[in-house]
Amino acid sequence: MIEALFFYLFAGVMLASSVMVVVSRNPVYSVLFLILAFFNAAGLFVLIGAEFLAMLLVVVYVGAVAVLFLFVVMMLDINFAEMRAGFQKYLPLGLIVGGILVFELVVAMYGDAFGGKTAPVVSEIANTTRLGGVLYTKYAFLFQLAGLILLVAMIGAISLTLRKRAGVRRQIIAEQNARRPADVLEVIKVPSGKAPAAANTGKAEE
Amino acid sequence: MMDFLTHEWAVELGWILLQILFVIGPLLIAVAYLTLAERRVIGFMQLRKGPNVVGPFGMFQPFADALKLMAKETILPAGANKVVFLFAPMLTFILSLVAWAVIPFGEGLVIADINVGILYLFAVSSLGVYGVIMAGWASNSKYAFLGALRSAAQMVSYEVSMGLVIINVLLCAGSLNLSAIVEAQRDMWFALPLLPMFVVFFISTLAETNRAPFDLPEGESELVAGYFVEYSSMSFALFFLGEYANMILMSSMTVILFLGGWLPPLDIWPLNMIPGPLWFILKIMLVLFVFLWVRATTPRYRYDQLMRLGWKIFLPFSLIYVVLTAGYLLVSGNLPDVSLG
Repeated sequence: MIEALFFYLFAGVMLASSVMVVVSRNPVYSVLFLILAFFNAAGLFVLIGAEFLAMLLVVVYVGAVAVLFLFVVMMLDINFAEMRAGFQKYLPLGLIVGGILVFELVVAMYGDAFGGKTAPVVSEIANTTRLGGVLYTKYAFLFQLAGLILLVAMIGAISLTLRKRAGVRRQIIAEQNARRPADVLEVIKVPSGKAPAAANTGKAEE
Repeated sequence: MMDFLTHEWAVELGWILLQILFVIGPLLIAVAYLTLAERRVIGFMQLRKGPNVVGPFGMFQPFADALKLMAKETILPAGANKVVFLFAPMLTFILSLVAWAVIPFGEGLVIADINVGILYLFAVSSLGVYGVIMAGWASNSKYAFLGALRSAAQMVSYEVSMGLVIINVLLCAGSLNLSAIVEAQRDMWFALPLLPMFVVFFISTLAETNRAPFDLPEGESELVAGYFVEYSSMSFALFFLGEYANMILMSSMTVILFLGGWLPPLDIWPLNMIPGPLWFILKIMLVLFVFLWVRATTPRYRYDQLMRLGWKIFLPFSLIYVVLTAGYLLVSGNLPDVSLG
């Protein structure tokens, strides 16, 4: 009974915060509500015994992706009135996309897409172990493939943003460490009674 | 609806609340005395005395400070976003406390002995950045905002190498459960075979808790006080408490992962007479002392140096070490035995 209570709590808050993500006037609020929605999704994962997925959701989406998201949204100079102006223009398109998603979900739920399977019974073995057991054996090839796709995306992002600018001085620590006193220091004997600068200027003039 | 309030649910709930009280109470006192210890220890390192007037050895100084903070006026800046402004310190404080649910103080002495304990700790510690970034944004002040941006970038950067270091430990322990990780160190603490990772992890925790030499988010010489410039009174105190509770949390994480948790250094007579929780606390105090020691001795990093250290040195180094550890464990046949379903 208490599980049902928590299910409706998590699911209710998640739906409400998802609506707030779309409805909020301030984009920073939208991101904060998105984070709340992620949290409640993690709560739902815990309820079905998928604690590993729940933690992964929090670590990856809340702890890393949403931080960067918030970072970007806060930095943007957004005109709230201008954002509202486009609302009616995008409404039909949004409704179409939403309708298709609802249709697909209904088909999946009542159709045969899940093959009549229910969530597997939670076993004695921790689901981290279970997941690792299939991920690195049965699906090792797909796992590597996913890794490669991420690598390509990463290289793409870096090559898009990396640019060489002239006139920027960078600290190269290896170079600094490689400097030896013999290369950069010169000991000059200064005879007493003469001007010390003479030795230097004389050299430069030659 | 009413039946679970009167039946065993109520007893269970009461028992859990009591356990929470037993962890949070001493923790808050520890936080109070950590602030005192910090000022006294750094004082002695710099040939000063530190606060020594209020009570014997200045023992009542933290309480005097707390009273002072409570008596001050809570100022809400006119341009601030009130809801987020007030929520940020609460979030920081709450996050620094919830993580203690999975910390094992001794054999079986843990509130929630969950299977994914280390991931839970990692998740909660990665959320700490939200308090900072929300405070910086809601203050509507450029210094606070710059401090928050620095902090966000810093925490995200060092989390990556921290995650890889944790993978090293997990490879050796074969479990995500914190009690199991401690038990796996019965023969040898992981600090010995994984010494380089221990150092990387400790430095990353310094960056994660915004401590010197990585205290750029609150670099007072350039950003006044960083993300909490606009805070006063209890809202400031909550940030302060959260930060110090986080320091203790990170130290306990270091102890659990590398210094054998509640286990004595050697399983011989006078050492194994001391109860486990006491060992745990002693080790945490040792790590905390190093935190203070580092603060007293190192100058602050420059921002680009900080980023270079995180991304160009720690990340590749810990990644290579994961491969090395995995390779060694595989070749020597020491991979922990994990039964697959």
